[in-house]
Amino acid sequence: MADGQVMKRAKYKSSVKDPGVPGVLKMTRERFVFMPNDPNSSRKLNVEFRTIKGHKFTKEGSSRQALLNLTQEHGGNYILEFDSFADRDICREFVAAAIAFHGETGKATSEKPAAPLQGEQLSTAEMEHRIKLLQEDNELQMLHKQFVIGGILTEAEFWATRKKLLDQNDRRMPKQHVALKNEMWSVKPLSDGQSNRVTFNLTPEIILQIFAEKPAVRQAYLKCVPIKMSEKEFWTKYSRAEYLHSTKNVVAAAAEAAEDEELAIFLKQDDMLANEARRKIRRVDPTLDMEADVGDDYLHLLDHGLLREESKDVLDSQYEPYRRYFSQDLNQHAAVVLQGRVVDVELGDTRSVAEALARTKQAELANEASEGNSEIDLSHRISRIAEMDDLQGPRDPAVAHLCIKDPGDYFDSQQANALKALGDTGSGVKTLKCNVSPLEAYGSLRELVSEIRVRGLSEPITNPEVAFTVLSGLTQNISSTKYHLGKNPHESVLDSLPKVTREDLLHHWTSIQELLKHFWSSYPITTKYLYTKVTRLKDALSQVYPKLQEIKESVQSDFRHQVSLLVHPMLQALDAAFAHYDADVQKRSAKNGERTNGFV
Amino acid sequence: MTPVASKLYTDDVSLLMVLIDTNPFFWNSINSTLSFSKFLSNVLPFLNSILLLNQLNQVVLIATGYNSCDYIFYSSASQNHNQRAESLLQKLEEFVAKDESLCREDSVDGPGFSLLSGSLSMALCYIQKVFRSGPLHPRPRILCLHGSPDGPGQYVAIMNAIFSAQRLMVPVDSCILGAQHSAFLQQASYITGGVHLKPQQLDGLFQYLSTVFATDLHSRSFLQLPKPVGVDFRAACFCHKNTIDMGYICSVCLSIFCKHHKQCSTCGSVFG
Repeated sequence: MADGQVMKRAKYKSSVKDPGVPGVLKMTRERFVFMPNDPNSSRKLNVEFRTIKGHKFTKEGSSRQALLNLTQEHGGNYILEFDSFADRDICREFVAAAIAFHGETGKATSEKPAAPLQGEQLSTAEMEHRIKLLQEDNELQMLHKQFVIGGILTEAEFWATRKKLLDQNDRRMPKQHVALKNEMWSVKPLSDGQSNRVTFNLTPEIILQIFAEKPAVRQAYLKCVPIKMSEKEFWTKYSRAEYLHSTKNVVAAAAEAAEDEELAIFLKQDDMLANEARRKIRRVDPTLDMEADVGDDYLHLLDHGLLREESKDVLDSQYEPYRRYFSQDLNQHAAVVLQGRVVDVELGDTRSVAEALARTKQAELANEASEGNSEIDLSHRISRIAEMDDLQGPRDPAVAHLCIKDPGDYFDSQQANALKALGDTGSGVKTLKCNVSPLEAYGSLRELVSEIRVRGLSEPITNPEVAFTVLSGLTQNISSTKYHLGKNPHESVLDSLPKVTREDLLHHWTSIQELLKHFWSSYPITTKYLYTKVTRLKDALSQVYPKLQEIKESVQSDFRHQVSLLVHPMLQALDAAFAHYDADVQKRSAKNGERTNGFV
Repeated sequence: MTPVASKLYTDDVSLLMVLIDTNPFFWNSINSTLSFSKFLSNVLPFLNSILLLNQLNQVVLIATGYNSCDYIFYSSASQNHNQRAESLLQKLEEFVAKDESLCREDSVDGPGFSLLSGSLSMALCYIQKVFRSGPLHPRPRILCLHGSPDGPGQYVAIMNAIFSAQRLMVPVDSCILGAQHSAFLQQASYITGGVHLKPQQLDGLFQYLSTVFATDLHSRSFLQLPKPVGVDFRAACFCHKNTIDMGYICSVCLSIFCKHHKQCSTCGSVFG
């Protein structure tokens, strides 16, 4: 680790309320030490990180203390207060790394992970990533411990075959954005009953939503602020407009709009929106079938079932532009929310938000303009979609997707293979070894066919007893496989073995696989390094061999046959490896022998 | 299809392609437990019972000979229904005669190999034709009544046929009549989701056929059919056609060889 230690001023507290003893905190990989400023105080600390299991910390906030709480396994904890959050964060990261490091190496020993080879510089991030992978996967950890700590494989070799695992982690960060809130900012001003004041609360989030939903407001903002009026005035006017709308008094709204130009913009219907809507309608696919569902029965209700006051219908056309329709607002709001966050700007500065939104809208427009030639494609598509069912040609038959089978199936089903190898019990039919001429063979076949033509089918077709035996045999066969292999056809023999044997077998299987992978990949031997590696692996393999024999013998007699069937392919693989090794050694010694002969 | 017929199409309409092994050397070498005539007298009632299960069921019989394969019987052909068995047997005799005329060898040792790859291909072609005949068609499956041993020279062709069947979602059922297991048919049934059976008592063959192989594909989802204990997944090498356990594989085209080669004979890539 690059940073060997961290030293900070801190206070040690026994509880959150305790004022704390000021002192100096020094942390190394193995332990942390706290020395109080007052040499007479007895609150010294010297704790190993091995015993620390977790850490908790307070969130940042001006009124809070920067606390770090280190928890131990048996419930004890140490609370430390720092002068600043930055200090606390440095210590926290250090503590996290130390805890992870100690957690990985297990409870008893504090071994280090195998030191990287010379020439291989591992960044601390890499090391932590590997430690995390080992922590998550028990099997991987076991293999690592067995081979790397046991000295059979080096760290580099172990991880060389697992590059995919190491790369995978980086892409785990989810790429999700926070969406816009789905609340429609309706007018809910805080009005206290006493005075005539109404207060509106506008947060940057709400401002973003207003700009997204109402392009006219955004445009007005860009135009007016800060030239004509300050931001506060702008929003005051806007709030006034909203208030007027909320009173649903269209006449008053019209009156005020006549006086104030900016207010008029807020009170009128949004022209930009209307233009946008018209453009979008033109782009809808004309072949879209808009047939309403039987359940959508609100068409004959006025205004799609939304409540409306009767008085609105009586109004003059003069007030028409000042009317707002709730359904329009709702649709626009929904469209904006579904579109999501289009801009990713800091919400503090209102102007930049408005500009960013304006830019995106312009980009959209430009894109659409360039899609003018898509009209031709559209007409093609229409002619294709509006086909009649009767005139359609035959479709290709549905095909199944290619699938790669689970190799676990292969392992289980190799029993049959081994069965054959150990001697198959033939069925009742025996073949006669003979040598016939085609004439004879075909002749007899034809005779038989004509015989049956003459004789006809026999009655009954089968002997009833025979039929009964067959049926009961089949039933027994089906139920016995169900009994032995369980209801689930994928359940394997492994599950019926005693747990210890099963664990042993699986462990041996994975370790043999790992060793053989490295063994076979080292051939052909071209360098001395490979040679030593192969020798190491071969020794390890020869140690596993007698262990497998032991397992076979140690198991109960019911399972012995099945276990030997399972162990058989492992032994075969080991034998193949040994045979190859011996052959190779012989070849090399022969070659060496030749060379010395020639060079004498 | 007219709307009337579509009402009759229930889930269990099936098209059964039966491939019977008519290798004379195999039938000659088998002892008297099951002679060819007894075999036929079990198979014909089975075909009748399939046709009785549903009005729209169809059966096609293909003979797998020593030198050739041919379609022997179509249930959908318009002929006098009383004369079906007669016409089937007639055609079978003609086929055997034709197969004999194609034979070039003087003598054959042992059971010999029948042309399973040929009949599988013919069955799959017929099924493909049925698929393209319209939106409404029965659900096809293949039943292999096979006895001759596996011909390693046909390994590649049979594997290709099996993968096509898997892709088309057509199950291949197999019933082994001979003495030895057939690795090819075991793999075929395993990979396509069909049923594989090696009957212990061959004189009750009809009972086996009607219990296990007569079920249509829809009903198989709620029936428990015999499952083999394991499947022999061994492949045959491409150079000598021997069945091997361990060998060399070309990393480009996955062809299997038993000996080390300098170059792959299938795709031509050079081994480094």
